[in-house]
Amino acid sequence: MMASDAKRKAAEALLHVLPLPGREAGWAREARAAARTRLLEAGAPFRRDEYWKYTDPAGLTAPLAVVDPTDARPDFENPFGEVHSRLARFVNGRYRADLSDDLDPVGLSVATLSETLSHDLGFARDLFGRLEAAGQEKVARPLAALNTACATEGLVLHVTGAVAEPLHLRYDQVGTGASLLHHLIRVESGASIMVLESGNVTNQVLEVDIADGASFQHVRIQQGKRAGSANHIFVRLGAEARFKTFTLTIDGEMTRNEVVLAFTGDDASGHIAGAVLGQGDSHIDNTVFVTHGSEGCESRQVFKNVLTGKAHGIFQGKIFVRQGAQKTDGYQISQAVLLGEGPQFSVKPELEIYADDVKCSHGSTTGRLDETAMFYLRSRGVPERQAEAMLVAAFADAAFEEIGDEGLADAMRAHAARWMAERSDGDG
Amino acid sequence: MLQIKNLHVKLEEEDKFILKGVDLTVEPGTVHAIMGPNGSGKSTLSYVLTGRDGYEVTQGSATLDGDDLLAMDPEDRAAHGLFLAFQYPVEIPGVGNMTFLRTAMNAQRKARGEPLISAPEFLKLVRAQAKALKIDAEMLKRPVNVGFSGGEKKRNEILQMAVLQPRMCILDETDSGLDVDAMKLVAEGVNALRDGKRAFVVITHYQRLLDHIVPDFVHVMSGGRIVESGGPELALKVEAEGYAHLQEPVA
Ligand SMILES: Nc1ncnc2c1ncn2[C@@H]1O[C@H](COP(=O)(O)OP(=O)(O)OP(=O)(O)O)[C@@H](O)[C@H]1O
Ligand SMILES: [Mg+2]
Repeated sequence: MMASDAKRKAAEALLHVLPLPGREAGWAREARAAARTRLLEAGAPFRRDEYWKYTDPAGLTAPLAVVDPTDARPDFENPFGEVHSRLARFVNGRYRADLSDDLDPVGLSVATLSETLSHDLGFARDLFGRLEAAGQEKVARPLAALNTACATEGLVLHVTGAVAEPLHLRYDQVGTGASLLHHLIRVESGASIMVLESGNVTNQVLEVDIADGASFQHVRIQQGKRAGSANHIFVRLGAEARFKTFTLTIDGEMTRNEVVLAFTGDDASGHIAGAVLGQGDSHIDNTVFVTHGSEGCESRQVFKNVLTGKAHGIFQGKIFVRQGAQKTDGYQISQAVLLGEGPQFSVKPELEIYADDVKCSHGSTTGRLDETAMFYLRSRGVPERQAEAMLVAAFADAAFEEIGDEGLADAMRAHAARWMAERSDGDG
Repeated sequence: MLQIKNLHVKLEEEDKFILKGVDLTVEPGTVHAIMGPNGSGKSTLSYVLTGRDGYEVTQGSATLDGDDLLAMDPEDRAAHGLFLAFQYPVEIPGVGNMTFLRTAMNAQRKARGEPLISAPEFLKLVRAQAKALKIDAEMLKRPVNVGFSGGEKKRNEILQMAVLQPRMCILDETDSGLDVDAMKLVAEGVNALRDGKRAFVVITHYQRLLDHIVPDFVHVMSGGRIVESGGPELALKVEAEGYAHLQEPVA
């Protein structure tokens, strides 16, 4: 469907805001041009689009206006606590080798996106913009196409063995600049890696290609001040491949996290989980689209939202099962606990199934903390806020358990506990 | 210790009075039993004393050692030494028994300005009490009351009481759902806590329990009021005659 004039004009305006990429190899220029075409054909996202019913895309596009390079060396506190990792740092959207660890562990080779796009790096050529384009088949994702068209920074990871130590991508922001990042990750057959991310990016795309029997794990924490943050993960899974992602989102004015996952080989599994902690005016949207295109694959979506003040949590989750994707096992649960009268949770679960031998289920609940349990705890002497924290921790735990790694799960639980202790239930 | 004067309580949501002038004085070291027909307001009294939402006190007072209970949050009442063994103990999925109890204990200690209990000290204390009540230590690793049988839940209430060492204990039908042996264990648990200072209000329908926990006073509650008080012999009379002799008060 062609975009309306207004949507197309708004898309052109977005392209004007961002600087043009410099000299690149022919294949990269072609990929950029194709992405621009995708963006212009779809048009910029508008609030009246069905996919943007609950989230105003203006909150995600307006902050793109300022790009602000800097040589600053900001400090940060590692949110993954005791967990050992190799660090790759970005400041205001630029990779900073001077602040990063040596990124050459056994089983992994790392290049920057800009290096890659000016050469001919075999797998990157087949990946850059490809998964993003495939992810637009059923629903337009213009902010991702915009990213492919314009992003010049990011990392290109080629995983050829079992990488022992997690790779931690750290994003810091000095001043008000926007950041645009695009990472490419190819995990070869039998290889595995754990990628951690912390901090905020204004607009980010990850394209993750997981070959047969390979495994990719991902844990991300979004915390601290951020105006708008639009994130897309596009994943393709080969046969018997494993994918696991978990995101903890804490506050922030506006965050939209999309995970677009496609099974293309049999007997693979993809788990997508998240925990949301929102207070004040924060707006946090998790949108997931899983396509089962092969047999015997298992997908799982587990999202827990804890909302107070006037926060708005959103979950849109779709399981799409193509004809022939028999023995599909698709599961989805999204739940919210509302503290007080101000917050709200909006959900849009969707199943679209064209195979007959499948098992798919979804569920959603929105509620308050159990008053009887609250009274029981308080009657034993546990103060109200602490009792709330205990019940919230119990509520959210199913999401943290999805992480699978106890050390990382505990680090994430600690952030949730601190948020519960320090949160304000007020409006501001 | 506990002094309840002319307590009138209605439901917050509707104009239904449940307690219609309860008077009760509990001295330190004494055991009071409260009996009375179903729906007479016994549990409501225990909830109002411990600060559950949903009730409105329209008249009267309740104090613990002179402190106004009704003005305190439930957790402050607990820190002041008040404890309720629930008629229906609450299941809390996802919250471990031990975590819960240690959090409660330390919160009370903190509120009273006492030093906190260390994890090993706490573990020792709970293990000893659990053993006395024949509660499987494995069970305590589970979430609060989840998957416990009716009798196990009641024993868990007494375990919490034994660990928290409150001064004023209210037991709401702790005997119902217990087998004969479990009832003896629970009674022993309660008797072990009788130290001449700690006081008990034991709500029960059966004389049986009072054979083991011998009360100093027995009260009969009916229609939201204490309508008869006496010594242990009153329980025997209730057991023999039921409540037929009571005049149902006109609301
Ligand atoms: N929240 C409530 N909403 C409606 N009615 C209530 C509520 N709480 C108590 N009641 C009513 O008040 C009356 C007293 O209830 P309560 O539970 O105190 O009785 P009880 O003496 O403990 O009875 P039992 O011996 O059966 O345990 C009952 O008629 C009950 O239905
Ligand atoms: Mg009762």
